[in-house]
Amino acid sequence: MTNRVRTSDTDGTVLITDDPAQMLHRARAVAALVPDPELPMLSLADLGILREVTIADGHLVITLTPTYSGCPAMREMRRDVHTRLLAAGFADVEVRTALSPPWTSDWITQDGRRKLAAAGIAPPLPTQRRTAGPIPLTLSPLPRVLTCPHCGSTNTVLTSAFSATACRALYRCQACAEPFEYVKEI
Amino acid sequence: MGFDTAYEGLAADDGDLRWAFGTGFHDALAGVDTTIPDGIGGVDLATYCLMLGDDALIMSHRLQQWLAHAPELEEETALANIGLDLLGQARMLLARAGAADGSGRTEDDYAFGRQVPEFLNVHLAEVTDADFGALVFRLLVFSTWRLALLTHLRDSRDPVLAAIAARGINELTYHRDYAAQWVVRLGDGTDYSRARVQDGLRAIVPLTGELFAATPLELRLARLCIAVDVTGLRSEVDAVLTQVCTAATLHWPGVADVAAHGGSGRDGQHTPAMAPLLGELQGLARSFPGALW
Repeated sequence: MTNRVRTSDTDGTVLITDDPAQMLHRARAVAALVPDPELPMLSLADLGILREVTIADGHLVITLTPTYSGCPAMREMRRDVHTRLLAAGFADVEVRTALSPPWTSDWITQDGRRKLAAAGIAPPLPTQRRTAGPIPLTLSPLPRVLTCPHCGSTNTVLTSAFSATACRALYRCQACAEPFEYVKEI
Repeated sequence: MGFDTAYEGLAADDGDLRWAFGTGFHDALAGVDTTIPDGIGGVDLATYCLMLGDDALIMSHRLQQWLAHAPELEEETALANIGLDLLGQARMLLARAGAADGSGRTEDDYAFGRQVPEFLNVHLAEVTDADFGALVFRLLVFSTWRLALLTHLRDSRDPVLAAIAARGINELTYHRDYAAQWVVRLGDGTDYSRARVQDGLRAIVPLTGELFAATPLELRLARLCIAVDVTGLRSEVDAVLTQVCTAATLHWPGVADVAAHGGSGRDGQHTPAMAPLLGELQGLARSFPGALW
């Protein structure tokens, strides 16, 4: 890597280094904190879409994975990562997209799940992974047992399988009567 | 994070306060390695990508036309999200086509710059829906067929097609369940709701033959383990549709043997519904060439 990086932390600590390990550590820390545009309480690391931070062909390479095919925020995320790394002192940055393996909600970290719940959004249940064969049909709403992020009751009911974004469904709590969103397991 | 709201943090770096993400179009495969596997003709691969991409693009547009016309707000969000998933699949497939055939055409060039005979989508994607009952039945058949197709395409030797398929499978599983649950609810509902979805079924059956008629190009690419031979999907799709119709107390007669309409969408021959659809889809881009929004 040709970069010699001079970066400064928010507390003013200045780091000048050309040590690859230190640079990667620093780059990962910067990229990990970029917020998701549609769920800004989560960082890209919380969401599990920051796949790799590495040095290849002489420059810093950040690899992201889109959540859904139609994710309209992918461009913003790529740009935000790029902008923040430049601001942090990295001169030669490439943001790559890895389509495979596809993102799964299982990659949302424990931290991310806590932040979702704190923001009133129920975090996803574990997915049922299938490796081969036709995917079975589900003819009635999935019997999910969700905990209301407002009052903690598990007496909740699905009101819509889709919500403001493709990754969320809409539920209502029968105990406190509040609606809430649920990040779907996928 | 030092901001009053998390949302302000998003625009902290550049002062760009847009709330509508995704409005600035870009290469849907930006940052993806789009090298073509050895032994594959770029034009063949591009044509196949257009077939699958056009299915998704045109179906997505038909779903978007339901916005502000669906019976309930919840159904509008569902149809919008299903349309968005399909549009995302279409964008990657059209971008793949432009990279593969060496023409350098963008997804916008393909979506907005082609005439009716240049679109390769199946007729099922382009026909209009008489009502919500007809829509959910059409969506059931479309998503069941596409899910089966992508499930096999996941093993494609082209890593980009395989990855697009793997991503799409998870999405289409939700689409199919959504449509199937509505078909059961309407079919096993009132006399009126049952009649509506029954009419939808009757209108769709003649369009199903085309879904399992492989073109020479598909067969050629299937032999190279790039594409899926759709003739092999017939029993799998029939089994799912029979299962849903049985639960909905409807009779599924089985997919049609041959394409009933003259010509196939895969060869660029379309129903009369296609021209007005493109008129709307392409109107703005044709009136203001090169416009960005």
